[in-house]
Amino acid sequence: MNESGAERGAAWLTRIGLDQLIAKLKELGYQVVGPRLGDGAIVYDAIEGVKDLPAGWTEEQEAGIYRLRRREDDALFGYNLGPQSWKRFLHPPVLRILAAEKSNGEFRILPPLDRPPRYAFLGVRACELAAIAVLDRVLLEDAFPEPNYLARRSELVVIAVQCTRAAPTCFCASMGTGPGVRSGFDIALTELGEGFLAQAGSERGRGLIESVEHEPASEDLIRQAEEAVADVAARLVRRIETQDLARRLQQALESPHWDDVARRCLACGNCTMVCPTCFCTTVEDTSTVPCDRVERWRKWDSCFTESFSYIHGGSVRTSVRARYRQWLTHKLSWWVDQFDMFGCVGCGRCITWCPAKIDLTQEVSKVVASG
Amino acid sequence: MSATAERILTTTRARVIAVERETHDTFTLTVAPADGAAFEPFQPGQFSMLYVFGVGELPISISGDPAEAERLVYTVRSVGQATHALVSRKPGELIGVRGPFGTSWPVKEARGKDVLIVAGGIGLAPLRPVVYHVLRNRDDYVRLILLYGARSPRDLLYRKQLAEWGRAPDTQVLVTVDYGGLSWRGHVGVVTTLFRQLRLHPAETAAFICGPEIMMRYVIRMLEARGLAPQDIHLSMERNMKCGAGFCGHCQMGPYFVCKDGPVFSYRQMQPWLDVHEL
Amino acid sequence: MESKPLEEILREHPFLEGFKPEHIRKMAEMALEVQFGRDQIIFREGQESGLFFLILSGKVALEVSAPGRILRVQTLEAGEELGWSSVLGEGGKHFQARSLETVRALAFEGARLRQACEQDPSFGYALMRQLLRVVAERLQATRLQLLDLYAPRAAKLI
Repeated sequence: MNESGAERGAAWLTRIGLDQLIAKLKELGYQVVGPRLGDGAIVYDAIEGVKDLPAGWTEEQEAGIYRLRRREDDALFGYNLGPQSWKRFLHPPVLRILAAEKSNGEFRILPPLDRPPRYAFLGVRACELAAIAVLDRVLLEDAFPEPNYLARRSELVVIAVQCTRAAPTCFCASMGTGPGVRSGFDIALTELGEGFLAQAGSERGRGLIESVEHEPASEDLIRQAEEAVADVAARLVRRIETQDLARRLQQALESPHWDDVARRCLACGNCTMVCPTCFCTTVEDTSTVPCDRVERWRKWDSCFTESFSYIHGGSVRTSVRARYRQWLTHKLSWWVDQFDMFGCVGCGRCITWCPAKIDLTQEVSKVVASG
Repeated sequence: MSATAERILTTTRARVIAVERETHDTFTLTVAPADGAAFEPFQPGQFSMLYVFGVGELPISISGDPAEAERLVYTVRSVGQATHALVSRKPGELIGVRGPFGTSWPVKEARGKDVLIVAGGIGLAPLRPVVYHVLRNRDDYVRLILLYGARSPRDLLYRKQLAEWGRAPDTQVLVTVDYGGLSWRGHVGVVTTLFRQLRLHPAETAAFICGPEIMMRYVIRMLEARGLAPQDIHLSMERNMKCGAGFCGHCQMGPYFVCKDGPVFSYRQMQPWLDVHEL
Repeated sequence: MESKPLEEILREHPFLEGFKPEHIRKMAEMALEVQFGRDQIIFREGQESGLFFLILSGKVALEVSAPGRILRVQTLEAGEELGWSSVLGEGGKHFQARSLETVRALAFEGARLRQACEQDPSFGYALMRQLLRVVAERLQATRLQLLDLYAPRAAKLI
């Protein structure tokens, strides 16, 4: 037994141990959400046990390309990132925020729906931990906490997985968010062969590890995990130069390169939907006929739509140039003014899921160079 | 979540107690709490999110007297489906209210100075609480100057009050319309043409501007040319808003969320961004 | 005020701000004090009145007539200028001018002003510079007016 490893709450978990962990969380009343195959991709959804995880699957990613591929082994976390992020659970795409009913000719506001599920996330990557921290900053730690996010976030259990491979679209290292995990998790797993190095990041995580079959982790195992993560960092191909970036982008608001992007951008908004930090929403009102029950539904919105900036008289951002500029400068410049951090965590989803293969890492450097 | 945050973010019911027609398309609604609990107090320049059941929610500036917190007063121009639904409410009907939200006109910082208000069109509504405040605390301020421009005489808001305010001591009310008819004996010309009649003490003036963005830009140029410093000029911005509290993202303008960092900004804050096209 | 010498009255008028004393004297020599009662037509659209006015008190409306109505497009008050096109001496008046109350003004014959400008280019420069400022202000105000900023569909001109 290696004491220093154990002191750090590090343990060796087999797949049986992982399965017990999932079962334990369910027993504690959590809805466990993790990766599984669905819709031709690896998606995050409710899982019952290890059997639901995408064993032996990985994906091929490039700008505008995502394809599932078989691995030569049966690794459970041998992929990087699917189109979805955890945002869809913490900040749901569609959410009823108000309902009212007419009785005696007057509207009565109905009490909010039952409490949302208590979530346990399994398989959260380093960049995604960073994205949750970004959402925390935006939706919890500003003037007011956003009540719906707060309700989903406050009891969240996070089981992270360190990346032991990188997609060509990843650029977490340059954003300072990965590939290794640092904070914001209860347990961090590193998949090594047939099992996992499990490291506790909280008292709750330590207790969870204690509650399932495990062995103490050796120093050697910890070193192996560190090396695997370092190896990923060395293999990242894309990067963004973040030095002084926020200011440089503000000086490049009239760069001719925005026009160049605008000629390619379809303003489809895919990048904002897959982005793990894009938080914008709109609201739609519904009513029955006759109007005796009304509801307000909050839905994800995208700054790429023209109606997004509509005020009486017209939209502020009518051109695609202005809308792409808003999205990119918000992520990498205004966000710094607003929240003291970047709104981009380097996950690369916007690159993979752009039908026009627009690569933000390249556009940023061109905008800055021509500003 | 704190009790205050919860009260501000949650829709509460308010009963319409009066609807007054101001012009052919603009109405003033007065509402009172429908379910007992008093409204949160507001500062001049703040806004509420007003909800018409089943139709939609809108950011509307509070145009009433901040010292009369038991009621909330809104002046609404009917320009679309939701505003039309709002101004069509009858006394006794219910609407939803959230807020108040946003920053306010710096009336405390303006103490001991001349207060210069420049309003265009419906832009007078968020500035009326400043007039109420100054008249109520008259000794805290030197002169009160109100420049108000509207499209035509039939578009002028608060006509009776404008006349009353003009008779108050140390108060100058200059009203202009872009186009007048034969029966209009007042000033004709855009609001900037009123500046030739003014003697300003630039170091001792706090200027508050609200109106269409183009109008505000021209007014700022006039004020700068007359020696006002950017930190003494304040303006109220309008952007699309869905939530009022910085969560929906719609109202962004460069580094700011207009709903929580504004709607009232100093020109010093806005200077780098006001002229950037489609920001 | 009635007893003030013309030169002094002129010195206080914003139009002559920055004029040299000899230029103010020259203006005084050409000035004629005039007064209009309430609701008097000072000049009509198209009329070749030839007079340029510096308003000392009262209010003047510039009007344009359209079938069935008269539209007031600007009012001018003390410290402002009326009839600037007379200084150019080309064509008739662009608008009708009507006193909205008793108006006192100094009137100058456009032809005499032009003559003085030609004889003394330094005076001419001073006068034209001020006139250009007036015209620029009017142009800018007109553009803002054209934008019809408060209209239901503001700024949707095209």
